[in-house]
Amino acid sequence: MRPVYMVSGGVSKFAKARPDATFQKIVKESFDYAMNDVPKLKHSMIDGSVVSYFSDHFTRQLMAGIMATDYLGLCPKPNKRIEGGGATGGLCFQAGWEAVASGRMNVCAAFGFETMSHVPTWKGNEFIALASDVNFDYPVGGFYSGYYAMMVNRHMHEFGTTVEQLAMVSVKNHMNAYGNPYAQKRRKLTIADVRNSAMVAYPLTLLDICVMSDGAATCILADEETAFKLTDHPVRITGVGTGTDMMRMSDRPHGEVLLAPNEKKSDYRNLKYPGVHSFRAGRSAGLQAYRMAGITDPLKQLDFVELHDAYTSSEIQTYEDLALCKYGDGGKFVEAGYPFMPQIDYGMKLPKKGTLPVNPSGGLIACGHPVGATGLMQAVFAFWQIQGSIKKHYGSPELQLKKANRGLIHSHAGTGTYVTVSIMERGW
Amino acid sequence: MAKKNPVERPAASSKFEEMMTGTTVFNVPLPADLKTLKGMSPIVIKQPYNIDYIHSYGQDSPFFAGLSNKKLLGTKCRKCDYTWATPRLACTQCGGETDWVELPQTGRVHTFTTCYFGGEEFLKETPFHLVLVEFDGVDTLFLSRLLGPEQPEDIKIGMKVKAKFRRNSQLKPTDVYFVPAE
Ligand SMILES: [Zn+2]
Repeated sequence: MRPVYMVSGGVSKFAKARPDATFQKIVKESFDYAMNDVPKLKHSMIDGSVVSYFSDHFTRQLMAGIMATDYLGLCPKPNKRIEGGGATGGLCFQAGWEAVASGRMNVCAAFGFETMSHVPTWKGNEFIALASDVNFDYPVGGFYSGYYAMMVNRHMHEFGTTVEQLAMVSVKNHMNAYGNPYAQKRRKLTIADVRNSAMVAYPLTLLDICVMSDGAATCILADEETAFKLTDHPVRITGVGTGTDMMRMSDRPHGEVLLAPNEKKSDYRNLKYPGVHSFRAGRSAGLQAYRMAGITDPLKQLDFVELHDAYTSSEIQTYEDLALCKYGDGGKFVEAGYPFMPQIDYGMKLPKKGTLPVNPSGGLIACGHPVGATGLMQAVFAFWQIQGSIKKHYGSPELQLKKANRGLIHSHAGTGTYVTVSIMERGW
Repeated sequence: MAKKNPVERPAASSKFEEMMTGTTVFNVPLPADLKTLKGMSPIVIKQPYNIDYIHSYGQDSPFFAGLSNKKLLGTKCRKCDYTWATPRLACTQCGGETDWVELPQTGRVHTFTTCYFGGEEFLKETPFHLVLVEFDGVDTLFLSRLLGPEQPEDIKIGMKVKAKFRRNSQLKPTDVYFVPAE
């Protein structure tokens, strides 16, 4: 396998609705931004592309992938659509990596989109709920906020996680997004605001849950030689991992923990794993990516994380899956302040603030979640963070981390069915 | 159950609910100067999309036949004895074939939630409780509705529940639901 670098990225501003444009134009906005950021990259140098969107129901247009691709002028070169629920964007990023790592392409464009505003919110919830077993789960009245609420109630029961700890994630991510002009929701909140907002699925409130969005994102990936011709500051993708789990939560095993290098069996004597409190796919993806990137102590060896916080609860569960802390300690991890940005005042006492910032961009909760774009958006935000170019792209240096040499991006589908983890590092 | 549903708007609400109804229009104005067209507002139309699927429960069908006869059926692996509360004919633990078995009709709440919102199809039923039920001697869980408790605070993990069945089967997984057992 050849080393693969990200050389450029672009994001359309995520919005509740973009009636002014069809998906092709929104994708083109993100693609043009990425192309303009590396002027040495000529359109003819792109060898092919991968495209991602989650739901044909939202687009009401089959083969929308080729329509985005032809709009970008990338025909007749290779292209394919990638889809895997909420992890669609992360899988697309890794498909781009595969195309370059294998030597099939020297330059690959990976782009994704979703236009979710085309149906009312309740219909949108129904479409997303169809990504659960339609024989046994969907007809019971299942919908995604309900599934995650059941998972976190079990997490709270097993480990003593509190709703205030969940709310801290929402406060953090909304506050971070305050400095991110691409974010859909930039709000200064308190724990009380989160708890007092409308209950969606007990104990998750409206502010514990990401919103639906219209948006697109593009990543340009290249082999080593081409990357350094195009930019002095390419970011190397040093690890990739993809995990899976059974669609029905009810089918998940109650067995033994997949141990991270910094854990031992005796840490989890009485824990039945993953049950419905943890995402085995997230742990599996993380371990694969860590092994490939040579990471044995992620809390120390990573500088920041952009993870899939569709729910505040899933952010806490993901700290554990990624072995940033032990299983069961996710609530305490956020309470102590580990995942907060060092330079931002959150109006809370956070003794460990800034140890390992998680979702410096604001995450899905604040940036929005146009599904097929989301995992690619995380890659773009991580890329700018590692390049040290946040000021250039956000218009303000507020969210730039001083040390951002190595970051992790994490994309996650329906109750943890597909999870991707990719490690990105300063390449120069 | 007490109504906490935020979908219901009080009379004093200062905002109209957005509607999917509208006016039939057969023409729109076009400015004479084509240079201004890129600044034109988008035209947004309603596009109906209704389908009746011919859905087969396939190999899962006996489960629904069981419900209509007040039996809860799961499956058990021939090779490794793993027992599935939500049936599947192929055991994902070992790849073996499973056989149909009758499940106990009492179990415990493994976890739960109360849904105040939902997909459009179920919005009118909110608020409702979802539970994952665990059974003695069965390795996996079963998703169902819990009826009876008023508020989520009245539901406890570990609480005993028993199955009840609709008299007139709808051939849906909601032909069975659970209620507190004590
Ligand atoms: Zn088996």
